[in-house]
Amino acid sequence: MATVETFADVPEASAAARWRTFVVDFCRQRPLGAIGAAVVLLNLVVAALANVISPYDPLATDYGAMLAAPSRAHWLGTDAFGRDVLTRILYGSRTAMLVGFSCAFIGATLGAVIGVTSAYFGGKVDLLIQRVMDIFLSFPLIILALAVVAMLGTGLENVIAAITVPMIPRAALVARSSALAIREMPYVDAARAAGFRHGRIILRHMSPNVMAPYLIMLTAFLGQAILLEASLSFLGLGVSEPTPAWGLMLRGAAVQFAESAPWMAIFPGLAISLAVFAFNLFGDSLRDALDPRLRTQ
Amino acid sequence: MTALLEVKNLVKHFEVSRGLVRAVDGVSFSLEKGETLGLVGESGCGKTTTGRCILQLERATSGSILFEGRELTTLDQSELRAVRRKMQVIFQDPYSSLNPRMTVGQIIAEPLAVHGIVRGSAARAARVKDLLSRVGLLPAHARRYPHEMSGGQRQRVGIARALAMEPSLIICDEPVSALDVSIQAQIINLLEDLQSEFGLTYLFIAHDLAVVRHISDRVAVMYLGKIAEMADRKTIYDNPRHPYTKALLSAVPIPDPELEMKRERIVLGGEVPSPLNPPSGCVFHPRCPIAVERCTHEIPVLRDLTPGHGAACHLAEIA
Repeated sequence: MATVETFADVPEASAAARWRTFVVDFCRQRPLGAIGAAVVLLNLVVAALANVISPYDPLATDYGAMLAAPSRAHWLGTDAFGRDVLTRILYGSRTAMLVGFSCAFIGATLGAVIGVTSAYFGGKVDLLIQRVMDIFLSFPLIILALAVVAMLGTGLENVIAAITVPMIPRAALVARSSALAIREMPYVDAARAAGFRHGRIILRHMSPNVMAPYLIMLTAFLGQAILLEASLSFLGLGVSEPTPAWGLMLRGAAVQFAESAPWMAIFPGLAISLAVFAFNLFGDSLRDALDPRLRTQ
Repeated sequence: MTALLEVKNLVKHFEVSRGLVRAVDGVSFSLEKGETLGLVGESGCGKTTTGRCILQLERATSGSILFEGRELTTLDQSELRAVRRKMQVIFQDPYSSLNPRMTVGQIIAEPLAVHGIVRGSAARAARVKDLLSRVGLLPAHARRYPHEMSGGQRQRVGIARALAMEPSLIICDEPVSALDVSIQAQIINLLEDLQSEFGLTYLFIAHDLAVVRHISDRVAVMYLGKIAEMADRKTIYDNPRHPYTKALLSAVPIPDPELEMKRERIVLGGEVPSPLNPPSGCVFHPRCPIAVERCTHEIPVLRDLTPGHGAACHLAEIA
C-alpha cells in the first residue's frame, strides 16, 4: 500500500500558525481595519479597567464643581451634578461594550441557527420561517427596538432584549443564503446518509461553515447595537440614571447647557462616534479579508 | 443467494417550473450480496438520482426499494436511521464530500459515536486508526483537516467514513471520476480489496466504461432515466444487443494502434434529448441508427434475451 501519493506529505500548518498568518496579513493589507481593531481593543480594555483608570467615582457628585470646564482636575469637565465627564465616559464604555457584545452575539447566533435551520429543511418550513422574518424585517431597527422596550420597560436587560430582537431576522437572512449553498454540499448528504439527526447536521455540519458571514454580521451588529443603545438611552428608553451610559450623558442637562457647557455633550458624542466607527471599519475589513473572492493566495 | 437490494420500477420525477423532469423513469434491478453492479450512462441519464433514491436522500416518486428485505420508501425518519448504518455512500468529489471544519479523525469517529458502534473515546480513536490503516492512510492523518490532504487521500478518508458504519452495501457515486488516472487505479484496487475483506456489495455508478469493466460483475447501461441493457460483464462487453450500448462500447479506444485503426465506430448523431420532454416510444429512437417505425410509438420493455441478459430494444435479436 505504500505509494508515493498516499504518503505525500503536505506541510502541516497548525491552527495557531494559520491564525497568526491571518492576523499579520490583515494588519498589513488593511491598515484601516487594523486601526479599527485597535480602537475596539482599547475600548474593551477601558471597559474592563474602568474602575482602575478612572480619576473619580462615576456617581460621586461635587456641587462645588458643577458644570466645570475642562481643566487639569477634570480633563473633560464636569456635568450639572459635578460628576467627572471623563470618568463617566470610561464607565460608559462598560455599558456600551456589555450591550454591544451581548446583543451582537445573541442576535447573530440565534439568527444564524434560525437561518441555517430554514435552509436545511427548505420547503414549507423555510417558507414559514422566512415570512415571519419578513414581518420583523419590515420594521426599521429603531422602531422595533422601541416597541420591545415599550412592552418590557426600561433597564439594562430589557435594552439588550430590545436591541437583540430586531437583529435576529437580519442575521437569519444572511445565514440562510449562505446555508442554501452548503445544503447542497456532498458532506451534508454524507451526514444525512449516515443517519445523523437534524439537530446534529444543522449545528455540527452546516453552522460552522457559515462562520465567515457570521463573523461579519457579528462585527456589523456590534456598531449598530452600541448606536442603538445610545439612541434608546438618549430617548429615555434605555439605561436609566445614574448608570453611566454615553447616550444618557447626551440628554437632559447636556441639552439645557449645550451653549455654556458644550463639553457635556461633545465628549460622550465623540466616544459614541469613535466606537461605532471603529467597529464598522473593523467589520468592513474583516468582510473583505474573509471573502474568498477578494482573497489573494 | 437472496437479493440484498431489489429496486422495482423506481420513478423519480422533479417538478420544475417548465414541467416535469423524468430523471428516473421505471428502473428495476437487483443486487446479490457481495456482487458489484456497474451503472453506466451519460451525464443526466439518472444514474446518480437512482443512487440518491436508494440512499433515501431523495424520496422516490413511486416504485419500491427493498433492502435486506425491508421496504425503504415507506420508512419514517427513525426507522430509516437504523437502516442507514447498513447502506453507505462514497461521493464523486473528494473536496466537497468532507466537512472542511472537522479533522479526519472527527469525520470518521462521528458515526461510530452517534450510532454507538464503538463506545468510549479511546476505543474510538483506536478504531479510527485501524480504519485509516485499512484504507492506506497513516494514524497521524487523523489530526489533519481535509484541505491539508490530496484528492486521493481525501477519497480514502471518504471510504474510511463509509466503512466505519460497517455497511453491507456501498453506493459508489463516480468515486474515481474526479481523480487523476494514476490515483484512480489505486482507489479501484482499494475498493476491490475491501470488498473481498468485508464482503461488501457495491452499486458502482460511473461513466468510464473501462473502470466499470474492471470492477463490475454485472453492468446496467442507462439512457434517459431508463435501463437500456443489463447483463453480466462479459456478455455486455462481448455481445451488446442494444444499439446504445454498441455505440458506447465502440467509442472505447483500443490501446493497440493497429487494432485501433481497424476499429469500427458508431457515432451517434444529435444530443441527449431533455428529460423534460422525452421522445415518444423508445427514448433512444431519434438517435438510433437502426430505428424502425415501430420504435417511434411503442415503448420497448427490458426483456430477457438470454437468462440474465436484458435489453430494452424491439430489434435486440436482429440488430
